[in-house]
Amino acid sequence: MNRKPKTSTLVIQTIIAIIIALYVLFPFFLVLINSFKSTEAITKDPIGLTGMSFSQFSTNMTDVINNTHFLFWSAFGSSAIITVLSLVLLAVFGGMAAWVICRNHTVWSQVIYFIFIASMIIPFQVVMLPLISTFRDVGKFVGIQMLQSIPGLVFAYCGFGGAMTVFILTGFIKGIPYELEEAAGIDGCPPEEIFFRIIFPLLKPVITTVTILNGMWIWNDYLLPSMMLGQNGRVKTLPVAVQAFVGSYVKQWNLILAAALLAIIPMIIVFLIGQKQIVQGMVDGAIK
Amino acid sequence: MNVKNTSKKLISLICLFAGLILFIESLIMDFSGSTNSFRGAMLVAGMLLILAGMFTFPSLKHHRTMVNIVFLFPLLFTFAITVIIPLILGIGYSFTDWNGIKYTEVVGLDNYIKMFKQPSFIWSILITFLFVIFNMILVNLVAFLLALLCTTKIKGLGFFRASYFLPNLIGGIVLGYIWQFIFSNVVTKFTASLFNQNYSILSDTHTAFIAIVIVYVWQYAGYIMLIYITGLNTVPRDVLEASAIDGANATETLFHIKMPMIASTFTICTFLTLTSAFKQFDVNLALTNGTGSVDGFLGAENYLTNGTEMLALNIYSTAVNKNNYALAEAKAVLFFIILACVSIIQVRISNKREVEM
Repeated sequence: MNRKPKTSTLVIQTIIAIIIALYVLFPFFLVLINSFKSTEAITKDPIGLTGMSFSQFSTNMTDVINNTHFLFWSAFGSSAIITVLSLVLLAVFGGMAAWVICRNHTVWSQVIYFIFIASMIIPFQVVMLPLISTFRDVGKFVGIQMLQSIPGLVFAYCGFGGAMTVFILTGFIKGIPYELEEAAGIDGCPPEEIFFRIIFPLLKPVITTVTILNGMWIWNDYLLPSMMLGQNGRVKTLPVAVQAFVGSYVKQWNLILAAALLAIIPMIIVFLIGQKQIVQGMVDGAIK
Repeated sequence: MNVKNTSKKLISLICLFAGLILFIESLIMDFSGSTNSFRGAMLVAGMLLILAGMFTFPSLKHHRTMVNIVFLFPLLFTFAITVIIPLILGIGYSFTDWNGIKYTEVVGLDNYIKMFKQPSFIWSILITFLFVIFNMILVNLVAFLLALLCTTKIKGLGFFRASYFLPNLIGGIVLGYIWQFIFSNVVTKFTASLFNQNYSILSDTHTAFIAIVIVYVWQYAGYIMLIYITGLNTVPRDVLEASAIDGANATETLFHIKMPMIASTFTICTFLTLTSAFKQFDVNLALTNGTGSVDGFLGAENYLTNGTEMLALNIYSTAVNKNNYALAEAKAVLFFIILACVSIIQVRISNKREVEM
């Protein structure tokens, strides 16, 4: 039996839902309309549709994209490269490490697993300052530039994302029957092929989860790239570029909001494409 | 088979040998202070070759061990350099006069004593705790109500869920500036016409604090809502039907059936909001940058200028703006201890609950 709710209740609930949705989406609407205005029009009327024009929009966009502090395409490119590289490496290395930890019942694997789990409570602020000096020293010592470089940042993300990735992946690998690997082993399949041909393809759903969680974090992260790349370094990620841009144009709201719009759009496009997976991934990651 | 094995052995030995030569050669260059720009590439190539050599090492008996080492190495290596070594160094540095590059003497607990003598730091701790408590209650309340709304039978649920979650996709820096615009340009228009108050609410410490809470609830409630929805959907249908047959109304079902059954979801969400509110940095930086004046706090001679500066931002500005790295590190260690305590309590509570169930 399924009680049918009264129509009046449904109408009230729908109205409440719409009002909240309007409130939640209102800031995005403001960003959009104000990117079409000049500074004067914004100060006169920040919420209305008056003063909007496409010519102003294209002026704002060209100003922002070509701005020396922002350089949208270069920042977008760095952000994309860093995110994609880190995600691929985390998925592969994380899967490899989690498999080894899971399938070896030795003291060593237990200790490594415990260290990974325990490290998840370490707040970034504790390691932030010595991290920079360590990276500077190590980089100078071995002759690889670790600060202000994309490989250095990818390296750091592999280190910081490793614990959570291993944690979620081991939970999943434990559920894969060991008989599968034994059978392959008896047939003469070497361990590395067992992993790459049998286990890794089975990890697909959980790797999606991990990739979404890590991806949201890496794409939006500000503190780590700002410390490692510097405010006015050669390489900038999108959040760092937005911060540097705003710092240089205090009251130019039309340009700041146009920059915000540019920073938001990639994420919204990704969300519209993979909405179901993203929502599922965020929930799975939190519950585990 | 035999031929294959021999060639494999050969490849393995060549890889190991070449790798070792490159590795040692580049290390020699490092220690002798050479500035040859190839040494970094040589070191990486050497390490890769050694790994490849170990991987193709033919002895079956050792093969499993070799694979284990090669598989674990990349993640453990990056993890050690980015987390473990800096953590140990950082705790050590907090007892010295470290300036971000080097230290000259060990000062013992001086940094820890100094930080508790700063009224601005005490203020930061206080408002962080206040912020955490406000947030924990508000985010959970709003998120739970939204989840109830999103599990009713209204049309367009998919759209509502997605739009409530949308703010969570965007990074704190961008969000902070968008809301800074809203508070200083849009809200001011209303307050000017309604209360004749034509300065931004971000310029007053108390209202700016409320503004941060508003933005944070706006950003985070959608995410917590998703977790509550998942929790509510796990309540078995037959239990709800049974309660309906017994004549329980919607409120009774909510308080006596649904809420006790998703107690573990409440624990998860409480701690998620707790830790994330403690670590809050981006919105704080972009929205107010910690500014706001406080009069005569703890007998401070001048008024404090960091009225809305949370702990994480205080640590950052102590290091980056005031160039006081050792002090910032000591504050960060305290921050770590607080968060560790929170996590331990969380583990205790969720273990206890699992035993009870």
